[in-house]
Amino acid sequence: MSAWRLPAVRLPGVPESSRRRVNLTLGAAVVVVLVLYPWFYSMWLQNTLTQWLPDTSTAFTILAFTVMGLGLNFVVGYAGLLDLGYVAFFAAGSYVAGWLASEQFPQVSFILGGTAPHGTPGIHLSPWLVILCAAIFSAVLGVLIGIPTLRLRGDYLAIVTLGFGEIIPQFVNNGDNIAGHNVTNGSFGLNGIDGLGFGNSVHSALGFLPANFLNEADSRWYYWTALLLVAITIAASILLRDSRLGRAWIAIREDEDAAGAMGVPLMRTKTLSYLIGAFFGGAAGCLITLQASSTSPTAFSLQVSIFVLCMVILGGMGNVWGVTLGGILLAYVNYKGLYAAGNTFNSTFGTNVQIPEYSYLIYGIAIVLFMLVRPEGLIPSARRRAELHEEEEEEIATEIAEGAAA
Amino acid sequence: MSILGIGLLALVAFWLVENAVKNFNQFLLVTLNGITNGSIYALVAIGYTLVYGILELINFAHGDVFSWGAMVTYTIGVSWLGVASKSGVGLFALLLVALLGAAAFCATLNMAVERVAYRRLRNAPRLAPLITAIGMSFVLSNAIAVFYGFNYVSTNPILPQGAIFTIGHQAYGWDKLIVLLITFPALAGLTYVVKRTRWGKAMRATAQNRDAARLMGIDVDRAISFAFGLGGALAGIGGFAYLVYFTQGRFDLGFRIGLFAFTAAVLGGIGNIAGAALGGYLIGFIENFNSGLTWHAPGPNWTESLVFILLILILVFRPHGLLGESLSTRS
Repeated sequence: MSAWRLPAVRLPGVPESSRRRVNLTLGAAVVVVLVLYPWFYSMWLQNTLTQWLPDTSTAFTILAFTVMGLGLNFVVGYAGLLDLGYVAFFAAGSYVAGWLASEQFPQVSFILGGTAPHGTPGIHLSPWLVILCAAIFSAVLGVLIGIPTLRLRGDYLAIVTLGFGEIIPQFVNNGDNIAGHNVTNGSFGLNGIDGLGFGNSVHSALGFLPANFLNEADSRWYYWTALLLVAITIAASILLRDSRLGRAWIAIREDEDAAGAMGVPLMRTKTLSYLIGAFFGGAAGCLITLQASSTSPTAFSLQVSIFVLCMVILGGMGNVWGVTLGGILLAYVNYKGLYAAGNTFNSTFGTNVQIPEYSYLIYGIAIVLFMLVRPEGLIPSARRRAELHEEEEEEIATEIAEGAAA
Repeated sequence: MSILGIGLLALVAFWLVENAVKNFNQFLLVTLNGITNGSIYALVAIGYTLVYGILELINFAHGDVFSWGAMVTYTIGVSWLGVASKSGVGLFALLLVALLGAAAFCATLNMAVERVAYRRLRNAPRLAPLITAIGMSFVLSNAIAVFYGFNYVSTNPILPQGAIFTIGHQAYGWDKLIVLLITFPALAGLTYVVKRTRWGKAMRATAQNRDAARLMGIDVDRAISFAFGLGGALAGIGGFAYLVYFTQGRFDLGFRIGLFAFTAAVLGGIGNIAGAALGGYLIGFIENFNSGLTWHAPGPNWTESLVFILLILILVFRPHGLLGESLSTRS
């Protein structure tokens, strides 16, 4: 075991305590900038850098997708299980939002702290409760998918999850007639979904808290909610990584047989990684839907799963900060950067190339290049890097041994 | 589990018999259509199985090599040679040119993909080449979009549409038979190459034991390259058959067909060439029975779900497929 204890990364000549102080200061500064971003944007940046900086609505989407990247990191990064159907949990969270906070089921009128006015038909739970329900529903789905499939290994698991990622959107698409019931409204999707908000009673007591975020001038409250969710997900990632469960995941990732032989309960541990990954995927999907106020089956393609997987690979599988950075970076590129770059490119060269259309060509090239050149990602986890370069080290060791023999 | 499996199979058999009894003409026609569609799946499935047999890699990009086959056929056949307006012997001569062009192009493409993306990762952890293959799949399919756009390219009917015979009121056309006449020689040729030639022997030896093959003087890299080339050529022929039969193609064509073909390869027992062909035909039947039969069929909206459910059931309960050895738990 001691062979695995890699030397901690140290800045040369800087003592541990002051390095920590630097990190804390840097972290605090980043948090302050992120929290105050809506004001920065509306006060100064809007007029100067508006082409390159996302507005609050886009920033919200970026953060919500980062949550998904962090959620997938539990499965791919920690437990080493390649999941190509993560979009299924996005879909689950999204439709729970539609079921519990819209007029999809007009035969009942059930309002519990929702942002919809009194007497509206349909189920309207408090949106905060809806997010929790979506996350739990999605987690249950994750367990249901996990139980039959998780005994498969590696590439077979990847293909099976991909299958689920395709079945669930098709179910949603055909779900307007499940034994005569209109469950999902088919290809039209669900519309008129309530917005997130504190509700009228809280708003009348505390005026600065809006009743419904959708009625605000910009999406800053959504942005802050997403930021909070990112913070919760990061905290959960760190706490779980350093727990007994996290060590079990990493043991399975490194060598499943060895982990099993040492007494790690394989199925339970792997299922838990699915459960937690699905939990955050569902929460993020629900949050996105509560802002978009509609959802439809076309939103759930394999491309979304690959996009989220890209965040994890690009950032550094298994490293929370790497995946956070990868998520923000890639989602920024997808929702703002490519458009901005395309516009700049076209106005500079007088062309009319639709660069965002080819985003998946770019992501495909990025995946291939990263896997060939830097499989450990931008900010690698030290342990993951060691695993990915194991062969090279063995080769070097063999060469040294051969050299010594000769 | 085995009782459940037998029960399920009995249910499917009952459903088929009931359909055949209720409307035999329709059943016959749907079966014949299934053979034509299954041919295309079989051609693509063999490419998955060849590569998996030798590298244990799911070559995710293989479906997109198939798409390239269809698009190159469009360029050579329709744009350059104008096959849509030809008939008779001239048509078949030009089609042969397009077929060879597509096969050669796809063989080269598949070998290039292996050389660029997979060879360096041959000793890497197992998920690394798989993730690379997914990236490669996106590169290949979106590269089609760069050249051909995101919409369907389509053409007038290419193959003669006349009826060979009629069943009830519906005709069985020449085009369906011609697809079979392309597929069967290709499958026979593949069997010959794999079973009888030195190259095929080298490939089989490499699949059995790479180190031993190397010790026997086989150039393992070239044998692997050969497997990719062979699979690519078959995908090219499959793409050709698809384009001349359906007369349209699009950049994301290979996603669905690639997954169906992969399911076919798993169903037959991945690594087993005869199994892949068998699986291809079974998937063709499933697709057509589901969308064409009239008595209690779930309908075309559910085809993909059915195929994926089948894939999941096989992988979970019978990972060695119908004809193969057990592989799924190999790490």
